[in-house]
Amino acid sequence: MDYLKAFLVGGAICAIAQIIHDNTELSPAHILVGLVMVGAVLGGLGVYDLLVDFAGAGALVPVSGFGNAIVNGMLNEVKRLGWEGLFTGAFEITGLGVTTAIIFGALMAVLFRPKG
Amino acid sequence: MARKLQGLQTIAFDLSPKIVGSATIAGPKEKKGNLAPYIDNLVPDPMLGEQTPEKAERKLLYQTCQEALARAKLTEHDMDFFLGGDLLNQIISSSFCARDLGIPFIGIYGACSSIVEGLGLGAMLVDGEYADQVLIATSSHYQASERQFRYPIELNIQHKGTSQWTVTGAGAAVLSTQGEGPRITCVTFGRVTDYGIKSPDIMGAAMAPAANDTLCRHFQDTNTSPGDYDLVLTGDLGNMGQKLFMDLAKEAGHTLGTKHMDVGATIYKPQQRAGAGGSGCACAALGILGYVIKEMYQGRYRRVLALATGALFSPLSYQQGDSIAGIAHAIVMENP
Amino acid sequence: MDKATHDLHDSYQQMVKVATPKPNYVKNIALAFLAGGGICVIGQLVYNLVDPVEPTSAETAAITLATMIALGALATGLGVYDWLAERVGMGAAVPITGFSNTVTAAAMEFKREGYLLGMGAKMFVIAGPVLVYGILSGFAITLLRAVFTGMLF
Repeated sequence: MDYLKAFLVGGAICAIAQIIHDNTELSPAHILVGLVMVGAVLGGLGVYDLLVDFAGAGALVPVSGFGNAIVNGMLNEVKRLGWEGLFTGAFEITGLGVTTAIIFGALMAVLFRPKG
Repeated sequence: MARKLQGLQTIAFDLSPKIVGSATIAGPKEKKGNLAPYIDNLVPDPMLGEQTPEKAERKLLYQTCQEALARAKLTEHDMDFFLGGDLLNQIISSSFCARDLGIPFIGIYGACSSIVEGLGLGAMLVDGEYADQVLIATSSHYQASERQFRYPIELNIQHKGTSQWTVTGAGAAVLSTQGEGPRITCVTFGRVTDYGIKSPDIMGAAMAPAANDTLCRHFQDTNTSPGDYDLVLTGDLGNMGQKLFMDLAKEAGHTLGTKHMDVGATIYKPQQRAGAGGSGCACAALGILGYVIKEMYQGRYRRVLALATGALFSPLSYQQGDSIAGIAHAIVMENP
Repeated sequence: MDKATHDLHDSYQQMVKVATPKPNYVKNIALAFLAGGGICVIGQLVYNLVDPVEPTSAETAAITLATMIALGALATGLGVYDWLAERVGMGAAVPITGFSNTVTAAAMEFKREGYLLGMGAKMFVIAGPVLVYGILSGFAITLLRAVFTGMLF
């Protein structure tokens, strides 16, 4: 059941992005930035976590989930440290992913060449 | 009034320099396309064993120059000047190729119209008796252009149906009054025309007004009409651009009909996922020095008007909100 | 720009609009939905595997994201990801694997200009905006929430 929910919600977010892509002049970069900001704002309002509770990876894996993870990290850190948390929290949850992206990105660059 | 200037922007030649040798080269995607039978050399590896696409483009250009010289039964020592252009910043492909050839070099830039700009200028040098033989070559490379104008190759991009695919290849020609080959009888240099198109995803639309402007000026200057030509070839307008070009030409009173062919719209097959078609300096070069010349040798065409179009912009200019201007140059090629 | 030029540009824009081919909306959206959903199912599989051994859901989420990022990088290195994205569009770009692809694709591309000023400097040339605006908007909303809920003062 959780797989079906992940599939439907994740697929729907991608489909909405595709509709925007096909009907506007916006570049993919603009759409992704828009999504991550929507995720962050909904996260701050406490709405996105409800979607995560419902759809699991269907809400975590789209890039809006990344925006939500940034906000959740900040909120956790604010609770722990106070105002410093606003500055330490961004990478509390996402740091693992960002570091993975750097390490694997560098590794792939060493191993492979663009094929075209 | 300059004696050889005809009308506003057309130069008519007395000696009519001939294309005495020419060669074309292209990569594996072009090999699967419609123009493959007309291309002299089809390489299986678009990188040609090189580490970077920039080096690969240079190699394409150099090999094509050597091949064109061999076909003209001449060597680089017989050439008085080399006119070359490409899309890469500071036309590095042409200048590095010129370094290896050792021929006095005149670097040119007209984006994808460079081949006709080069043939026109080369014909002027020969016709004006400033040179006996000149070599003209242009090149483009999909990967090198993509990384300069757009995104990294492996990026998750879904190309829009209106965007165009840079042709990997090169074309070279030797112009001389001595020898056999199609003559270049006149050249019309175009004006930079800007109809306010801003998206690099619709370059065909940005170039179509320029193509139409040069076409109209050419007919006006030479007092000719589409009926005087067996073929009106355009370089890389693509599917969408050629439609707009035909409409604009019709509005101006020139019905081209089946006499028109666009290399960009023709070079790839629909299933090749090339968007609206090919583009790049090599696109018009393959059309003119591959398709047109071979068909002229076969006797299918006697008189051809070849218009090559270029989109004038840089990643910097469009990010700053400037529109994309177009240019088109035309030459007339005739069988003896 | 004078009025005549302005009108000319306007009427040409209309011509261009008419000449622009329409994308196959139904096919594009269906493919984006299927591929995006499929990638999220893989994510759910990872989540369910990690969940029992991690103490908090935040950690499970973090490890799920990191695993998907690693998979996205691998698919990019093997040259599969751009092939997929050309077909499914946003179905490949929106999942976090697409974010990873932008980092890896840039790293592979600019390695040619050296590991320091090429790969090092340009690795985040496309992913950068996502991080920057994610953090800017996250900062703003978190600050607002913290102030209004009395978490700070």
